[in-house]
Amino acid sequence: MSTLSIDKAGPTRKVKLRSMSRDRTWALRWSYFFLVLFAIFFLIPPVYMLITSLKSSAEISAATNPWWVFHPTLSNYVELLTSNQFLRFFWNSSIISIVVVIVTMLISIPAAFALARMKFWGSATLATGVFLTYLIPDSLLFIPLFKVLATVQEFTGIPLLNRWYVLVFIYPTLTVPFCTWIMIGYFASIPKELDEAALIDGASWLQTLTRIFIPVALPGLIAATIFAFTVSWAQFLYPLVFTTSIDQLVLPVGITTTLIKGDVFNWGQIMTGALLGAAPPLIIYAFLMDYYIAGLTAGATKG
Amino acid sequence: MADVVVEQGRLARTASPRKRASLRNAMGRKSTVAFFLTLPLILLIALLVLYPAFYSVYLATLNKAMTKFVGLSNFTFLFKRETFWMVVRQSCIFAITAVVFKALIGFIVAHFVHNIPGKKQRKWRGMLLVPWVIPPAMSTLAWLWLFDPSYSAFNYTLSFFGVGPIPWLGDTFWARFSVILVNVWYGAPFFLIMYLAALKSVPDQLYEAAAIDGANWWQKIWHITLPMMRNIIAITTLFSLIVTFANFDIVRILTSGGPLDRTHLFATWAFQVGIQSSDIPLGACVSLFMVPILAVAAVFILRDVNKRGNEA
Repeated sequence: MSTLSIDKAGPTRKVKLRSMSRDRTWALRWSYFFLVLFAIFFLIPPVYMLITSLKSSAEISAATNPWWVFHPTLSNYVELLTSNQFLRFFWNSSIISIVVVIVTMLISIPAAFALARMKFWGSATLATGVFLTYLIPDSLLFIPLFKVLATVQEFTGIPLLNRWYVLVFIYPTLTVPFCTWIMIGYFASIPKELDEAALIDGASWLQTLTRIFIPVALPGLIAATIFAFTVSWAQFLYPLVFTTSIDQLVLPVGITTTLIKGDVFNWGQIMTGALLGAAPPLIIYAFLMDYYIAGLTAGATKG
Repeated sequence: MADVVVEQGRLARTASPRKRASLRNAMGRKSTVAFFLTLPLILLIALLVLYPAFYSVYLATLNKAMTKFVGLSNFTFLFKRETFWMVVRQSCIFAITAVVFKALIGFIVAHFVHNIPGKKQRKWRGMLLVPWVIPPAMSTLAWLWLFDPSYSAFNYTLSFFGVGPIPWLGDTFWARFSVILVNVWYGAPFFLIMYLAALKSVPDQLYEAAAIDGANWWQKIWHITLPMMRNIIAITTLFSLIVTFANFDIVRILTSGGPLDRTHLFATWAFQVGIQSSDIPLGACVSLFMVPILAVAAVFILRDVNKRGNEA
């Protein structure tokens, strides 16, 4: 029997002449080749933004080689960074994103703690409900929300439409469900002995949360913060619907609506604005890449 | 168990009058604390998500001035319109094509990244995730400029290969192609990261055993990688299907639905009908048509996420 099986294996081995290590080297070379191709595909738009932002309007309309800057100039940057309008967009975006991050954390950390550790009536249903809420897209809610805001404004007299601060109330609907969901995952992975020890020592639930859960789950907290910030910074549909006056606009809407004047596209400035608008998330990503990726994958792998 | 210990300890320590103690007990009771901790979350979801969601069903039954109940006539009106059926078809084509290509590119590139030595993986992963980090409204502007009719950098490059100028956003086929291309570009890195994380969780011993048994690369992928990653693939694909189906930014900035409504999706058409033409009930009606497919995808995601939770 054993000789038979060796005979069978013989011919198949002979067909494969290359050694395993040579196979590996070739696989590696091909991997690098295709990775370079895909990297070019993925990086063309941001690189092209940078190239165009360094060109003057004259050079753009001269239609020279679009992939090269012949007379690099920073005039687009100077113009935008000294324009009150652009700085206003940047300021609106920043203040909204920062407030939304704080509100999100204040809502989702206590809720995640309660859902992860205190089994109470309906807690499992609520956790599932939070996850389902995360799946409801903004494009389903913008029309009813618009009408709700208009009605509330009419009844109470508080101006809500066309005011940047209304976005502070709306954005948490996008950030809180996901942040709560990943915080539940992080909190649930903390060993039970830790909080039992704290309870025995006489700590209240709130002390357990602030002294033990938040410090131990800090990586999750950072990931959730990054997520909340990038989502609020990038949100385009809600501000487009709810705000119209130039001084109330956030960056993405401001760039797409004000820099495009009629049929005249000032591409140098648009690309500069887009690059400056993409800068804060990119800078955060460059420094906190591991947290960013942890938050990205946590949504599906924890729970 | 732990509760009892706490409450006993408190009673013994404070020795306060019975009334205050009972109040304290109520405050310290788990369910009361839990209720107050989750209250902001419940209020937020109820007031700003659930209420508007149900309110849009009510809105969809009103006339344009929102003064009269008209029943289902908004829906029957939509069914008779050619544009509506075009939007349905386009949304499906857009979502399915984009998700399939995102999943394929993500799967392939994840393997390439997984192949190279560990130290360099970080650098490549960091570079390849950039499209996902840039706000989509910003990066779509760059694509708009790349597709520009008179200064298109793509057409400039293609002209060296003798390929004539392509009307990227002016022609029905090319406009749809461009919109899907930008969506694939934006979403593929997400799949890449998810698949890379899944690939790393497959034990090396399985591949070694397969190699000893003489399996080729295709057999390894088919019999080991895919079954081990099945859950992640399912969750990622379904999740992406929801997000892509509800996409707004890319089409809005790139084509605004043009040429001749040939690239409109549910979200962009609802925006045009509901906000720009200020027919709020009809807009609400259009966006409600997203619900069935979202619900189906959500049910499957939930099943997979729960399954995963039980395995762990």
